Amino acid sequence: MTGHRVTRSDRQSTFGLAVSAVLLVVLVLLPWWDGDGSLRVPLVPILYYLALAQMWNLLAGFAGLVSIGQQMFVGIGVYTLLSFAEDFGVDPYLSVLLAGVVAAVLSLPVAALAFRLRGGYFAIGTWVIAEVFRLIALESGFLGGANVRTLTRESLGGYSVDTRNTVTYLMALGLAAGATAILVFVLRSRLGLALRSIRDNQEGARGLGVSVTRAKLVVWVISASWTGMTGAVILLHNPSTRAESAFSVLRWTALVVFIAIIGGVGSTTGPIIGVAIYWGVREFLEDADEWRFIILGLIAAAMAITAPRGVYGLLQKRWAVQFFPVRRRLVGPGIGGPAPGGQSQPAPDAGSTAR
Amino acid sequence: MEWLNAVVQGIMLGGLFALFATGLSLAFGVMRFVNLAHGDLAILGAFVAVSVTSALGLNPFVSLVIVVPVMLAAGYGLQLGAFNFTVGADPLPSILVTFGLGVVIQNALLQTYSADSRGLDVGSIEVESIAITDAIAVGWIPLITLAVAITVLLGLQLMLSRTALGRAFRAVSDDPATARLMGINDRNLYAVAMGIAFATVAIAGVFLGIRQSFGPTDGPAQLLYAFEAVVIGGLGSVWGTLIGGLLLGVAHGIGGQVEVSYGYGSGPLLGHLVFLAVLATKPAGLLGRRTE
Repeated sequence: MTGHRVTRSDRQSTFGLAVSAVLLVVLVLLPWWDGDGSLRVPLVPILYYLALAQMWNLLAGFAGLVSIGQQMFVGIGVYTLLSFAEDFGVDPYLSVLLAGVVAAVLSLPVAALAFRLRGGYFAIGTWVIAEVFRLIALESGFLGGANVRTLTRESLGGYSVDTRNTVTYLMALGLAAGATAILVFVLRSRLGLALRSIRDNQEGARGLGVSVTRAKLVVWVISASWTGMTGAVILLHNPSTRAESAFSVLRWTALVVFIAIIGGVGSTTGPIIGVAIYWGVREFLEDADEWRFIILGLIAAAMAITAPRGVYGLLQKRWAVQFFPVRRRLVGPGIGGPAPGGQSQPAPDAGSTAR
Repeated sequence: MEWLNAVVQGIMLGGLFALFATGLSLAFGVMRFVNLAHGDLAILGAFVAVSVTSALGLNPFVSLVIVVPVMLAAGYGLQLGAFNFTVGADPLPSILVTFGLGVVIQNALLQTYSADSRGLDVGSIEVESIAITDAIAVGWIPLITLAVAITVLLGLQLMLSRTALGRAFRAVSDDPATARLMGINDRNLYAVAMGIAFATVAIAGVFLGIRQSFGPTDGPAQLLYAFEAVVIGGLGSVWGTLIGGLLLGVAHGIGGQVEVSYGYGSGPLLGHLVFLAVLATKPAGLLGRRTE
């Protein structure tokens, strides 16, 4: 029994990390050669959609919390930034962090109510609570009611257009890369083990001493906070908003869900693939909003039936690829090792057993 | 007096909510299936009625003869061809499929019928009402809606408790594996249940269209009200669904009156808050037997 050990890294994941690192460096340095912002500005929505998709993926793919209420945290982020920057004169970029704090705090009472529901009823329950936030924003004179509200030049603190474009872009990049990193770190931690045991068998996990509610709550608050900050950055990118668009279920949950499912829910790489596909569809159907929803919705619904682990799952079935080192496996004499030539057992990402 | 009127009108509206909730409750009861496209299907039913009435010159009430069988067949086929593949211990696939379907229906309706509001015209009965006192009058349409809701729920209750089909539904609900061993074709039974659910939600959609104007994006709100009625009443209870619908309707009526009197709030907001209050204090619902 010598020489056996459990490892998460292999040549593929080392390669994956190296590629990600190079890509990240290129993206961070992008503003220095993108003088007029023609690359930075269009990339921002792709990046914030990746952040939103990863955070939904963390909830639905790993904690069994299928939320259809993510728009509440986007809206909370949008209105927190508006209030702090516009009404209280706080620096807009500091307000992005405050948006994360406010979303985290508000997510606690939401959890107290929504966690009483399971499965599909949890999904609709979060949707109801998101509606309550939208209706409150509509009623609130302080937040602007049904009016369009705009982040004005004064509250943007005298930063030049170029600086604003760069900072917004870098923040969106930080949120997207950070969301992916959070997923990788959570999955490698004790919390990740607890989550996967809950996903596979909640009662069994509880019997082994996993605190089910605590694990779900931690993930819920992380996701809410990160989604709230993303909402604030969405407002920095597109500074006019109203309650209908800040709390839009179609934009901030439906599209996000479609991206995650098509790419592959329950994996760290899937949403990245999903966002790339979304980008393609968006470029192809530039001005046809309805067709975009119809096509992405049909693909997502079909994939949920035929390929529940998305494009990434299909790739993995064929080649057993892993891009981030999150899957534990035993290596040593006589055991396949790091899958040369793709002959190893197709295992789902992140070490899950049967679902 | 206007508050009493708000309560009375709310009870009438509650009949419509109960009608919406019936199909959602049935699908969940029989196969633990939560259909997130439920509201959009109701709106689809209403739009089908718009097309049928304008093409054939029928009264919207008569159009039910066509709309209901069409939706019943659609529910049966969709369950056999798609939803059945997602029934199981993991709720994620069924949520995703039905959520995707709802978004597709909404946007397909927008493409086909534009974003304009529509209505279903049933003639002079729309404005006729029974005066109870000087200040309170009950419209015939809301009264008929409530009567239809009670009839549908009563029929469902009788079917579940008295017929062979109802026994089979209860059997697969309790233990699908054993029910299969007893010779029950559970997949087909699920399709029948979904067909009935679609039929009831089509009726609800047509009555919604007769009662008020509607547009392609009104579905999700109806899903939320239906869901709230089910949870307020208690899962697995047919009469709970009626009580839940009526209570939610009263909350909408009072919320609407608050808005008229004080300029704040709205029916839907108060309805949501009542639902959250019930969820916080009685998560099993008012008449519920179990939490799930």
